[in-house]
This record gives sequence, C-alpha cells and structure tokens, in this order.
Amino acid sequence: MNGVHDMGGMQGFGKVEPEPDEPVFHAPWEGRVLAMHRAMGFIGLWNIDINRFTRERMPPDLYLASSYYKKWAISLEDLCVKYGLLGRDELAAGHAIHDAKAVARTLTEADAGKVLSRNSFERPAHKPARFKPGEIVRTRNVHPTGHTRLPRYARGRSGIIECIRGCHVFPDSITSGKGDDPQWLYTVVFDARELWGESADPASKVSIDAWEPYLEALPLPA
Amino acid sequence: MQLRVRALETLLTEKGYIDPKALDFIIDAYETKIGPHIGARIVAKAWTDAEFKQRLLADATEAVQSLGIGGRAVHLIAVENTPRLHNMIVCTLCSCYPWEVLGLPPVWYKSAPYRSRAVIDPRGVLAEFGVALPPDAEIRVWDSTAETRYIVVPMRPAGTDGWSEARLADLVTRNAMIGAGLARTPDGTVE
Repeated sequence: MNGVHDMGGMQGFGKVEPEPDEPVFHAPWEGRVLAMHRAMGFIGLWNIDINRFTRERMPPDLYLASSYYKKWAISLEDLCVKYGLLGRDELAAGHAIHDAKAVARTLTEADAGKVLSRNSFERPAHKPARFKPGEIVRTRNVHPTGHTRLPRYARGRSGIIECIRGCHVFPDSITSGKGDDPQWLYTVVFDARELWGESADPASKVSIDAWEPYLEALPLPA
Repeated sequence: MQLRVRALETLLTEKGYIDPKALDFIIDAYETKIGPHIGARIVAKAWTDAEFKQRLLADATEAVQSLGIGGRAVHLIAVENTPRLHNMIVCTLCSCYPWEVLGLPPVWYKSAPYRSRAVIDPRGVLAEFGVALPPDAEIRVWDSTAETRYIVVPMRPAGTDGWSEARLADLVTRNAMIGAGLARTPDGTVE
C-alpha cells in the first residue's frame, strides 16, 4: 500500500540527528516491548511481514508521531487482538477477562537465546530464476492495496540485475493469507538519475532487493 | 507508554503467552552482549586477513559463522568501501538492520529524515555526518527491502600497519559499518 511508511525520497522531514552516546533503550518499557515482540513472534502465529504490515496500517498521523517502540507496542496489541490472543476489553481493563487461547508453543527462559538469531527465509525453488546477473529489467508500476516491499520510488524504473539472492518467502503473498509462495529474489541496481531525474547525483546508485514478480524483462514485448 | 506497556506485559503473562524471565534474557542480551563490537571484530579480521575478507564478501553468513562470534546472521551481505566507492545502508520501508552483528539500530537510522533522504540525497546525508567524499567517488545506497541484511566494510585507516585485530577493532565505529561514517583514524578523529 502507498502508505507513509514508504519514505524513500520524501522531503521535508529535516536533518538526520544522531544522538551522541545513545543508550540501547531510552526507557525500560522500550526493552520490554522489543522482548515481548520476540517472545510473541516465537509462538508462530505471524511472521515478520505480517508484523510489518500491521504497523503500516496504523493511521498515518499516529505512525508519523510515534516513536519506533511506540509503533511496536501498538502493533503488538493489534496483532494479539487480530489473532484472538487478547480482547480489546482486556487491554482496556489491564487484566485477563477471557480464557487464554491455546497456542503451539511459548518462549521459555531456557529457549530465549533462540530468538536472538533469525530463521532463514530461503525456500526450495519450484522453477529456475527468470533473470540473470547483468540483465536489464524494469520494475512494475504497481500500486497494490496490500503489503509490498517494492518501494514507490523504485516502481516503473529500469535497473540491472546485480545478483540473485536465492528463492525467498514472498511478503506480498504471506500477508494476504496465501502462504510463503517463494519467489526468486534479486538485487537490482538503479542509476540515481533513473530514479530522481536530471538533477540527481550522477555518481550515485541505489539498489533494492526485489522479488521476481516485481520485475519485467526489457525490452517489453511489442 | 510505561503504564500501557506494563499492562500489556501483565496481560500476556497472566494468559501464559510470555515468561517475563525470557524477556529479561532478551533485554540483557541486547544491552550487554549483542552490539557493534561484533561487527567491529569482523571488519578488523577482514582488514588483516585477505583470505577471510574474500570469504566475507562472498558469503558473509558463512564467514561470520566461522568466527564463532555472535549469533547466526542469516542472509548477511558484506560490502566493501574503496577509494572509488562508498557504500551506505538504509531501510526506507521500515528499519531492517543487521542486528546479529551490529545490535539494535540507533534512533536516527529508524527516523523519517534518514529513511527518506538516504536514497535521494546520500551525499547530503553523508555531509551531515561529517563525511566529505571526492565528488567523483561513487555512492552506492543499499535499500534493505528484503530479509537480506547489509554490513559495510569501511576502508582501513592509514597509519595502522602492523596493528593487532583488537586494536584495529577499536577504530571501527557503528556508523562506519552502516556507511554513515568512516573508520576512526589512529589520531582519534571520528568521521
């Protein structure tokens, strides 16, 4: 979806402001939110893409005004409600009202180290990769209302396949309830001028990692 | 937020979905064990061991695993800076970052100014970080749009011949491994 999360190339947000000697967390609750996300993710009801899509659907004014961990806290509440783990009435009351939903597993202290590394997103391929390194491709000019990882600034643009990264879980599919639907993933590199026009820095390039359905061959068939 | 988050944790604990001790473990790991010092050791190793550097650039997941430091960093890709090429990492869509080797990302990395500008004005962003590159040096911005994660191998500073890996690692800043900075020089300058 063309949401405010898709920030590449937007203007008006001001300067980047690094904080000297930044702490890992700015308040204890931030760490609790991060750790709760890891623990609840371990249950296995949703994956990282579903998690992202939940945040992307926050009202845009709330998204822009919320800190990173505030967005995480809100999205965790939303996920728990959506997957039937908590009721809105329980969140409002601050204590349990309904019986817990049976879940396949929960994260114990002994297993907590497992969530410090990610699982692989690579899956067996059902067909060979359509493109090869060095090939010129064009990204599709698409505007899906669901989740996609093709940023707006890189749609309908010509670039070069630089590398094949394997066959990976397709975010657009898993977030619409259609399963992993693994697709070949490529690093596609664009000249800055192709993305931003004449005034762009001629000596800069930008790459994205794009799943095969985001790409079409060039030249296009007549 | 403190109260709201405490209420959420209480609820999830009451219902048996989480164990607060597991949360403590995770928080402690990110506060005390997993951070940019891991990436700095990887870079210092690459600076001193050409064979390792080649492996790192070919398959960073495998190369990092072979060092036995940090967790398993899946789909990790290392990109090397040279006098002609400066690499810079961003995630315009959210905040993807190589947690296993750099720890949790700083706030600026996740902020709207960085996410919006890194792809359209990378030279301007670098200038704000105090990095001035020759105008003809290519800047390559890697937008982490998939589950691939990137780490920059910055250039080794001059005047460090014969330095040990441990001493070199002290020169490798987090920002240098994001590509928003350069490694420290031996006289202590941070860029």
